[in-house]
This record gives sequence, structure tokens and C-alpha cells, in this order.
Amino acid sequence: MGEAAIEARGLVKSYGEKRALDGVDLDVARGSVCALLGPNGAGKTTAVRVLTTLTDPDAGTATVAGCDVIADPLGVRRNIGLAAQDATVDELLSGRENLVLVGELRALGRKRSRARADELLRQFALIDAADKLVRDYSGGMRRRLDLAATLVARPSVLFLDEPTTGLDPRGRNDLWEVLDTLVAEGTTILLTTQYLDEADRLADDIVVVDHGRVIARGDALSLKRQVGGDQLHVVCSNHADVARTAELVATVAGTTPSVDEAARTVWTPVDDGVRLLGQLAQALTTAGIAVDDLSLGRPTLDDVFLTLTGGRAEHEAAA
Amino acid sequence: MIGSLGATWVIAKRGLVHMRRQPEALADATIQPIMFVLLFAYVFGGAIGVPGGGSYREFLMGGIFAQTIVFSAFGVAIALSTDRKNGAIDRFRSLPIPRSSVLSGHAVASLIRSILPIVLMSIAGVIVGWRIHRGLPYAISGYLLMLAFSFAMIWLGVMLASLAGTPEAVQGIAFIVLFPLTFVASTFVPVTTLPVVLKQIAIWNPVSSVANSLRLLFGNPGGVGPPGSSWPQLHPVTYSVLWIVAIVIVCAPLSVALYQRSIRS
Repeated sequence: MGEAAIEARGLVKSYGEKRALDGVDLDVARGSVCALLGPNGAGKTTAVRVLTTLTDPDAGTATVAGCDVIADPLGVRRNIGLAAQDATVDELLSGRENLVLVGELRALGRKRSRARADELLRQFALIDAADKLVRDYSGGMRRRLDLAATLVARPSVLFLDEPTTGLDPRGRNDLWEVLDTLVAEGTTILLTTQYLDEADRLADDIVVVDHGRVIARGDALSLKRQVGGDQLHVVCSNHADVARTAELVATVAGTTPSVDEAARTVWTPVDDGVRLLGQLAQALTTAGIAVDDLSLGRPTLDDVFLTLTGGRAEHEAAA
Repeated sequence: MIGSLGATWVIAKRGLVHMRRQPEALADATIQPIMFVLLFAYVFGGAIGVPGGGSYREFLMGGIFAQTIVFSAFGVAIALSTDRKNGAIDRFRSLPIPRSSVLSGHAVASLIRSILPIVLMSIAGVIVGWRIHRGLPYAISGYLLMLAFSFAMIWLGVMLASLAGTPEAVQGIAFIVLFPLTFVASTFVPVTTLPVVLKQIAIWNPVSSVANSLRLLFGNPGGVGPPGSSWPQLHPVTYSVLWIVAIVIVCAPLSVALYQRSIRS
């Protein structure tokens, strides 16, 4: 109960001069979904490789499903499934053969491997292509087979390295739905992604990494708060009204709003956005100002990300 | 958890299925050795004399066997580096199987794979006029020597894969290493025809001694050098066995270590 499925402290891994991981801590609660979010080269894949025992960290410790990645790699491997970045299914085997191979290596025996393979092929809508060679599969089918292969032995912790890269929107939605099912069954998932909407959609916790370091963590809402509150946003119908609108916004929000004359836009950051939105709407109506748009913008995860990584870049430039 | 032998066999079976489904690899193991037998027997055969007389086609077979076995090192190197490139090795390594079983699975598959060309070449050889002239024990010893040499060459292949990395690099290095190794030898021509430096290399080249051993064991011409020849020429079987043992003792642990290091990044 409450025990962490993944726990990492101070992970460091260098490749030559480059520090792929530079002191990463992670805590993923059992049954939860954690997204490692970051650009290419941020260290996401290296983190997955260390946690799945494919590579040893230079420093730091980590346990997965209660097993130490350095002292007990086999224990870790018994409890995990890994879907690497490019679906590493075997092109020269059929879908069924791929799953049976993994089943046999997982010591299920031939008969149980075949039964489990059939079950998964059906679950992932691959049963009609079961005996086709994987080299004739589409990208989406490969991904599904890859995910199915990680599930052969029903692992308790699943690592998915950029699971939806290269999928079309439909394939992405299908995969998300499969992951929902797994989460409902209690599987712990650590996934990496470059897509903010994906992290937002799937994860309970988001860990933002850049240059091998964790630069922010929390759920989507708390990350958005880190960037700041809401933005109140008014677009006037007429140029003549812009100045008066700015005065109204200043009065209502108690701030000095930004103004873009050409776009007839006035905006300002606010703390208590919803209440102020109502007040401002009333004030504008009373003043007889016609507006094209009046909205309350919440920062997207994109804003979060740009703020966080941009801030770091500036910091580095200054240093 | 699955044992070492079980995992090795599962991965070996996969390697054999791969060979069946890759026309290029299958051609390397089937058409190429047959083509070599026919080419050398009919195209070069007339122009190359065998010292002490005897049929060139009979002389040729020991050499072609040896050469084909050396090239099997290339097969395992390509298979391993391809597995690494497309992530299969990582997938295996994320499974609870003994660390060594990926490598041993590939080795077993290669060893089994090397039987096919040996059988096909034997048949092709018989068709062009090659015969085994000594008794069954010698013939069996000859084939066992081929398997032992295959086994040694597999470790050379593993080393090649670990050093080269990508399948393309393996191809490049293999071309540079394996061609001179198999041609500067008594595989296709008697060493007496070679210029002096190459001749010394050829005499001490293990590929020569394996070829000569097979000729000796099968009772074909060119097996043992005339009196006064260098030691390897006079004792080809002993010299070959020494090489095979040395390659396995040195290369196997070294190539395993190199391989483990190369995948642990």
C-alpha cells in the first residue's frame, strides 16, 4: 500500500562529455501513470534504460517494483515490460511468433505462450494479421504488437518510450484507450513523451526534464500554476474603444494591462480570473463597448514548457 | 525463470527462422558455396596445377570448405549487429533471461546454419568429381574438424560485431579481413606458387592448415607438404586443432566481454 513502484535517487549517467542524466529523482506510486516530458535529448530514454536495467547509472540508486536495478536486475526484469522507442518487434517473424517468442523466454512454456498470444492478438485487434510477417505491418499495427509483447507476462510496471511517436491521430487515440484499460487494471506506467497533450491526457504526474535534470514536476494543473495564473483577454470590435477598454480592465483587475493597438487587443494576468471575467463583461456592457472576444486563457502545457525550458536557457546564457 | 539452455534454444530457433525468411542470407549459405565449387572447378581448375600431381577438383574441396566456414563468421556478425541496430537485443535484455543467452542463441543458430553449406558443398563436390578416399573414421574426423572450426569462427564473428557496431561496418571490415585471410592461403592454389612473403603468411595461416587437414583426412592431394616443408605443412591437423583451441580460449571470453561492453551503453 502506497509503496512506490518506481523510486530513483540522484541518477547520473554520462556519455563522454554529455551528461544524459544529471541527478534525477523519481517517485511513481503503484498504479499511477507518470509522464517524463521533455524535448529530444533531454535524457528521457536514458532514464528508461537505467530503470529497465539496460544500462547502469554512473551514480545514484533506483528500485523498480521493489527490486534494486543494480543489485537485482533479474528481479526488475521479471516485473516490467518495456516498449522501446522504435517498436522493436521482429520483422521476420509473424505477429503471433513474436508474442510466442516472448512468452517462451518468459518461461510460460509453448502451450501457455500460444494461448496468451491469441488472447493479446484479439485484444489488440491483430488477430486477422496474426500470421502475417511483421515487415508487412503498418506503423500502428507494429506499435500495438510491441505493446502486446510487453504485456505477455502481465508486468506490474510498464515502461513506454515515446509510445505514440509516428502514429496518426486515430492510432494515438486507440493506444491511449488501451493504456486506460491497463491503468484500470492497476498497472503502473512510466511513459516518455514530447507531446504535452499526451502527458496531460494520460498522466497523473508529469515530470518535466531538460538537459538531464528535472525542471518541474506535478500534475497538469499545478504545473500550469507554476507558470502563473490566468490571462484575461479582450478583443475590441472598434479601434476607438481600445484605450477605454484598457482603462476598464485596469480598474476591474487592478493591474496595468498590455495593449496591442493593431490587433485591438487588451490582456492582463489575473489571479481570480472567473470572477473578474464576469465583472469585466458587465463593465464593458455598461460602457457600451462592443467586443469580438472576451476570454480567460489558462496557460497550456506548451506555455509551461516554454517558460520552464526557456527560463533555463536564459539562465545558462547569463551564466 | 527460463534456464540458460532453454533461452539459448528459443533464440537459436528464431535465428534459424530468420535465415529461412531472408533470401539473401539463404543464398549466402547455399548458392554461393555451390557456385564457388563450380567456378573454381571449371573456370580456374584447368590453369592451376597440383604439386605431386592429382586432381585439382579434389585439391579444391578442402579449400572451399575452409573458406566457406571462415565466411560463416560474417553471418553471425551480421545477425548480431542487425539485432542490435533494430533494438532486438534491448528487448531480449529487458526480459528475465540469463545475460549470455542472446549470444549463445546466436552461436548455436550459426553452428546449425553452417551445416547446410557443408552438406551442399559435399554434394556439389561429388558431382564435380571429388571423392573421400580414406575410411569412415577419417571422414568423420574431417567433418568434425569443420564443425570445430565453425565454432571458433563464430567467436571471431561475435568479436567483429562488437567492434564494428552496425551491419554496414561489419560488411566493410569483413571484406577487408576475410578476403585476404581466405585467399592468402592454400585454399585455391598451392602455396608454392606464391611470392616469398605471401608464401610464409599462407603457410602459417590457419585457413591453409584447415584446408590441408581436410585434404589429408579425406585422402585428397595437397594434404601434407613434401619433406623439408614448414611444420604447419607437415602437421596440418595438429596445427589446425591448436589454432581452433587458441581461438576459442582467447576469442570467446574476449568477444563476450567486448560484446557485453558494446551493448551496455
